Amino acid sequence: MTDDSVDWIARAGAKAKGKRPAYFEDPATERTLSILLAVAGEVSVLKERLDTVERLLDEKGTISRSDINSYAPNKDAAYERAVMTKEYVARIMRGVQQDMEALQAIERPVDEISTDLKNS
Amino acid sequence: MKREDVPPPYTAVTPHAVFPVPTHDEAARYNFLTAFNKYMSGSIGSGNKQAYDKRVLPAFRAEHGRDPKDRFEIRHAMNRDPWHRFWSACKRNAMEMRQQNGRSIVLRQLDELAGKVRQYNEGRDTLQLDPSVAVPRYQDAVDIHCMPGSYHGEERPGDFSAGANYDSGLFATTAGGLGALSDGGGQALVEWIKKERPGWTPRRILDLGCTVGHNIVPLALAFPDAEVIAIDTAAPVLRYAHARAQALGATNLRFVQMDAENMASFPDGHFDWVQTTMYLHELSGKSLPRIVQESERVLAPGGLMFHLEQPQYTDDMPLYEQFIRDWDAFNNNEPFWSAMHAMDLKQIMADVGLPRDCQFVTGVRAVVDREIFPEAAAAEAEDHGRAAVWNAYGAWKPKA
Repeated sequence: MTDDSVDWIARAGAKAKGKRPAYFEDPATERTLSILLAVAGEVSVLKERLDTVERLLDEKGTISRSDINSYAPNKDAAYERAVMTKEYVARIMRGVQQDMEALQAIERPVDEISTDLKNS
Repeated sequence: MKREDVPPPYTAVTPHAVFPVPTHDEAARYNFLTAFNKYMSGSIGSGNKQAYDKRVLPAFRAEHGRDPKDRFEIRHAMNRDPWHRFWSACKRNAMEMRQQNGRSIVLRQLDELAGKVRQYNEGRDTLQLDPSVAVPRYQDAVDIHCMPGSYHGEERPGDFSAGANYDSGLFATTAGGLGALSDGGGQALVEWIKKERPGWTPRRILDLGCTVGHNIVPLALAFPDAEVIAIDTAAPVLRYAHARAQALGATNLRFVQMDAENMASFPDGHFDWVQTTMYLHELSGKSLPRIVQESERVLAPGGLMFHLEQPQYTDDMPLYEQFIRDWDAFNNNEPFWSAMHAMDLKQIMADVGLPRDCQFVTGVRAVVDREIFPEAAAAEAEDHGRAAVWNAYGAWKPKA
């Protein structure tokens, strides 16, 4: 490391100047969501890496690390991988998407419906 | 599912000679963010409107006995809605994650990249830096787009990493909508002018606030005999932009560190074409008219003034749309975005001597290879602020 070397791990995560908006009442919720989304991203990275390994093995029977790093999917593989990631995002975001669908109609609590059904 | 329903992989980017090279996993990180952003704007973006129609607007009416009178009232009301808050929190995180990934890619290979950049910059008079140019207040207030250090921050003397990080992430945040070199905006200008004025050859072109030069390189290549100058106040992006342009063969393009409010070194009427692309919204209420004025001064009679931006907010645009287009202003550190989009650009141009009858407004769409890159999303699924469709606000300066 030279004198002017940059601590790239620390500096990559530098905070941008400007007060961050508060999205939730509890700051811990902000931080928990940040961690959760970062981990969600890393799971996606692992899935893509595994897909790369599988495709290279299918194609060549054996692989090296540099094969993985230089892998660029062809058009069909790129499409299949993009669908995989799209499906993955839809799965982890299910709760938010279902809250959106719930906006469409006011629904009665199931215990009320249960009482109704018991008496009808 | 149709092919165009999914974005191209990050590996479809064109790695020019000074492009930060991603590892497999870094590219995959961008792929996740691209898919995530697309999901947020496309698959569930309409949830914001549903929350507004179903509960925020009715609650507002109940409380105030009237409809919201502007986009700010809508924003304050929406910022209390749990669904919109969660959506915004996710989107803000995606912006922050994009910055961390881009910076990580660039900074871990900084020494190697520095060697490549030096090769293209050293001893060339097409890069002119001027340390006496101050960082304008409007650039220093917050870090634009949540880019740590903004355009002007340096990790060490002579740094260019701000430019490299910017270039690295463009492809991911626009889901490839700007093409393999993220230059679909510049390509669109070339296509537009060739249709608008076939055979016209500008002698000198000036690009203001050029950042990494991605929108001016295509023009310099299309008009190889023109003298093209691109200015910016930030040295780090200019260092990178110059190396990038040289690597792409745009040798008739000079990068100069200069504040567009004071371009005294250019004589009156020096340029046939003065332009900005996605720049005006990063200025301030006072600097914007001054810069338009100074641009008019250096523009030759019969020359072209051209500003590419997202559409202005007009009385015809529903308040809800104005509100959602404002998201970046308050959530992605674009503090002038909201005010700029409400300004009367036509009047500002008229005030500096470009009368309305010589002005035009036209739609411009990114020009990219449609074999690889998808069409811009339909309006309702647009990722506002990042869509590859713009409005051009321009004027042909009256001949003397």
